[in-house]
Amino acid sequence: MTMADTPLTRAEAEVDAEEARRARAARTESVAKWVLPALVFVIMVVLWDRLVVWNDIPHYILPGPGLVMQTLVKDWPILFEALLVTLQITLMALAVAVIGGVGLAILFNQSRFAEMSFYPYAVILQVTPVVSIAPLIFIYVDNRTVGLLLCAWIVAFFPILANTTLGLNSTDHNLRDLFRIYGATRWQRLRFLQLPSALPYFLGGLRIAGGLSLIGAIVAEYVAGTGGIGSGLAFRILEAGYRLNIPRMFAALLLIAASGVVIFAGLSFLSHMLLRKWHESAIKRET
Amino acid sequence: MSDLLHRPTLALGQRPKVLEVSRVAKVFNGNVTALRDMSLTVNEGDFISLLGPSGCGKSTALRLIAGLSNPTTGRILWQGGQGRDDLGVVFQEPTLMPWATVAENVWLPFRLRGKTYPQVRGEVEEALSLVGLSGFLNAYPRELSGGMKMRVSIARALVTNPRLILMDEPFAALDEITRHKLNTDLLALKANIGCTVIFVTHSVFESVFLSDRIVVMAARPGRVIEEVQITAPYPRDEAFRTSADYAAHCQVTSRALHAAMGEAA
Ligand SMILES: Nc1ncnc2c1ncn2[C@@H]1O[C@H](COP(=O)(O)OP(=O)(O)OP(=O)(O)O)[C@@H](O)[C@H]1O
Ligand SMILES: [Mg+2]
Repeated sequence: MTMADTPLTRAEAEVDAEEARRARAARTESVAKWVLPALVFVIMVVLWDRLVVWNDIPHYILPGPGLVMQTLVKDWPILFEALLVTLQITLMALAVAVIGGVGLAILFNQSRFAEMSFYPYAVILQVTPVVSIAPLIFIYVDNRTVGLLLCAWIVAFFPILANTTLGLNSTDHNLRDLFRIYGATRWQRLRFLQLPSALPYFLGGLRIAGGLSLIGAIVAEYVAGTGGIGSGLAFRILEAGYRLNIPRMFAALLLIAASGVVIFAGLSFLSHMLLRKWHESAIKRET
Repeated sequence: MSDLLHRPTLALGQRPKVLEVSRVAKVFNGNVTALRDMSLTVNEGDFISLLGPSGCGKSTALRLIAGLSNPTTGRILWQGGQGRDDLGVVFQEPTLMPWATVAENVWLPFRLRGKTYPQVRGEVEEALSLVGLSGFLNAYPRELSGGMKMRVSIARALVTNPRLILMDEPFAALDEITRHKLNTDLLALKANIGCTVIFVTHSVFESVFLSDRIVVMAARPGRVIEEVQITAPYPRDEAFRTSADYAAHCQVTSRALHAAMGEAA
């Protein structure tokens, strides 16, 4: 009895220890995920601050973090207005990229000939740097907002097009057969099989496109360059640069980076909400 | 049990023919003969197994019957109209839509025929209760075990009460305990609703347990070698698996299969 019992108990104890270790590791990791980057952030800010103070760096070369925050508060009316302009272009470009990207993907999927005819041009549009097309766009397009939108759209639509196309073509072949056996129409196949299959791919593309439309909007503003009322963050950076107002440049930069993070986080959250019920990417496994 | 899902069982002589496969061949790319000269008569209420080594054209035969590809030569004749519209299919994988709940998956065949869920709720719920999954209407496929997914797939195949159900190695990926359970349940289900089944399998034991006829096939080129009749009466239960009758039928079938493979080699 004892002979049989002892090894079993020891084995159980071993498993328990391992389980406990794993649980502890998981807990540590979930805390570290937030604490470590925060710690790095604090260290970097302190280091930056000390560097400026110890070396007596003048603020028109490198402002300290405190000064940047002060400027952010002081210039908030100007910067916030500019932020809204940039965000407006970004979100509009993203919306048009979604409509254009998904629309083209469906068109290409439904018609091989449309795909053969136009896909190469979509690629060309994508690989040509937007900075090189933007000046032309602003020559031919009178309306500044439309010009900005067009630039941002050119940058942002391709990942959506490419990913959605891949998704529409990645349906399970048995399910495709099943739809054929039940006599599904083209429309039914698209609506009930291809679009749901493409959703995770589309959302992956959307997250990339979110960042790209911000980049597109900023780059387009640099190129457009005209100032005055209704100009965005990029113009404020340029303007501050001419005036050697370095703290304001940093403050504007901070806002752009924060916008990028918020857009990415928002789209990730959207993606999680849409997929959490069924998709593998949204499921937390034990191991 | 509603009348809708019930077909009367008739004695063998009276059973109407469902479909006739007549001298069908399938050649791929002009040189791969996947199937040669296959003939098969399917009567209502039959449980037919296609048994043979890998590559002998079992799936090809099933796809031809399902109308997913056309025979190179020969004909497949459906008796009494309807034909391909009146078909249920179960694949080796459960082939469920992961984004849809169990109930929505079973609704699919109706949905593609323009029926709303409320119109067919009764049929969907009944099909799921037939496979023992009444409590899982709103579950997503990922929440189910492999065997349960297969049951959903079977429920989807029989929800429209089709004349013929095609199954391509539906239980091959499952463990033996689950497979035995599903075999028994499938037979009970079939007795219950009186459907006709063509079942593809690699397993002599599975085919003998389930079928009243086994079509033994050989590969390269894929062809029918022999039709073995399994005369053991239904209903068959777990006790049948250990009976001498079962062992004898397995032996006969196994010999036919080995003869088929020997001939191919
Ligand atoms: N679409 C196709 N194009 C070319 N050859 C094919 C095609 N489908 C099947 N074949 C060939 O036809 C033969 C029979 O294939 P099939 O899938 O019907 O075999 P099977 O009996 O179902 O085998 P398994 O038990 O492995 O599923 C094989 O040699 C295969 O390579
Ligand atoms: Mg096969």
